[in-house]
Amino acid sequence: MGAQRGEPGRSMQSDASALHLILTGDPALFAIVRLSLFVSLSAVTAAALIGVPFGAMIALTPFRGREVAIVLLNAMMGLPPVVVGLAVYLLLSRSGPLGALGLLFTPPAMIIAQTILVTPIIAALTRQTIEDLWAEYSDELTAMNVGGLDRVATLIWDGRFSLVVALLAGFGRAAAEVGAIIIVGGNIDGFTRTMTTAIALETSKGDLSLAIGLGIVLIAIVIAVNALAWVARRAGEKIAG
Amino acid sequence: MTSDLPIRLQAVSVHSGGVTILDRVTLEIDAGAPTVLIGPNGSGKTSLLRAAMGLLSPNEGCITWGGAGSVPPIRRALVFQRPTMLRRSVAGNLSYALRIARVPQRARRIKELLQMVGLAAFAKRPARRLSGGEQQRLALARALARDPDVLFLDEPTTSLDPASTQAIEEIIRGIARCGIKVVMSTHDLGEAQRIAGEIILLHRGRVIERAPAEAFLHSPKTPEARAFLARELLV
Repeated sequence: MGAQRGEPGRSMQSDASALHLILTGDPALFAIVRLSLFVSLSAVTAAALIGVPFGAMIALTPFRGREVAIVLLNAMMGLPPVVVGLAVYLLLSRSGPLGALGLLFTPPAMIIAQTILVTPIIAALTRQTIEDLWAEYSDELTAMNVGGLDRVATLIWDGRFSLVVALLAGFGRAAAEVGAIIIVGGNIDGFTRTMTTAIALETSKGDLSLAIGLGIVLIAIVIAVNALAWVARRAGEKIAG
Repeated sequence: MTSDLPIRLQAVSVHSGGVTILDRVTLEIDAGAPTVLIGPNGSGKTSLLRAAMGLLSPNEGCITWGGAGSVPPIRRALVFQRPTMLRRSVAGNLSYALRIARVPQRARRIKELLQMVGLAAFAKRPARRLSGGEQQRLALARALARDPDVLFLDEPTTSLDPASTQAIEEIIRGIARCGIKVVMSTHDLGEAQRIAGEIILLHRGRVIERAPAEAFLHSPKTPEARAFLARELLV
């Protein structure tokens, strides 16, 4: 009972320390934030470069087994991060097929793991967006004699406001992910420590102030990115309709 | 570049889900005054336009454009009953169509086309925010961007108010005066009378009667045409 009574006071103290860390621009905290953003945004960019054309291709290309491919793609949106982390670990470990690259426990390894997690989300949502748009555009584009690549580019461009949501979903997954990057990054202080891995570590150590500070920053970043995307989308829709 | 005209349909039949949509249609479309397809709903007007455009492959028979089969739709264009506006500005829609048609000096051509359809003041407006009549006019301009020999129009004034209908009809007459062959479907007899050089009556996927507009409207030869002109139900 005594310990339970003491918890609220300690939590409030941690909150105050967390705010202090944020307001004073604590270098350790901001280094972690910078790395987290670098890893997640790089992963989302790579995943978008792979996932958007891949999703569009699945949407527009009839092939045998397409339905199965769509079910598998949708299922891969729920890939368990620790399993992806383990697979990338095995690939990049010294004895693995890509061990010679020496990427294990580096930010690029974390980017690779997150790219694998985010790509199916972006590809699956792109596939659905492009397929819906194609149902609306197919007659018009066929009548205008729009060829294969032009067709894909047109649908991606005209679906850009919906595709932003796919990118946001991917960013949300990457920013909140901990299981994969802790395995392939190793949570090395000052090198591969991100907001989520630091929160997990500091919480287990009982240093709640840094964990809460990082949690606040993480939530603020996710809200800010979504707000930015929303503003950009509204502005774009106003101009393009 | 060779012309897509004449377009010849030889015993063209189209079936879908056990229903015959076009039934052994033989037809030649050549340069000249506008051809208007009339007939009740489901008579095959839209399918005939789509087949002549090359969007619908016949199950039987064959279609040739300028004497050749399998000609891509470069010198022909189709404006749909409900055209899809690309998610761009009015000028952006035209610029896109011109780029696809590989037309040089796009800015000048965009201005010309917008003036032609009376949308010069709307160039920067999002195309999807235009009214139905304005969208139809933009669709016409977009179709003209490829400088077609033949322009197919699928009930272009359906659900438009009289003012918009009048504007669209005026543009269509202007297009025909420029020497572009217009082939248009409608079930509005008044519109057929105002635009047509010749009229084709379709019923149950078959060509029932084809005649110059004056002859068709004043001395129809078939009972179906007489019934249609008398506004009786053709079933």
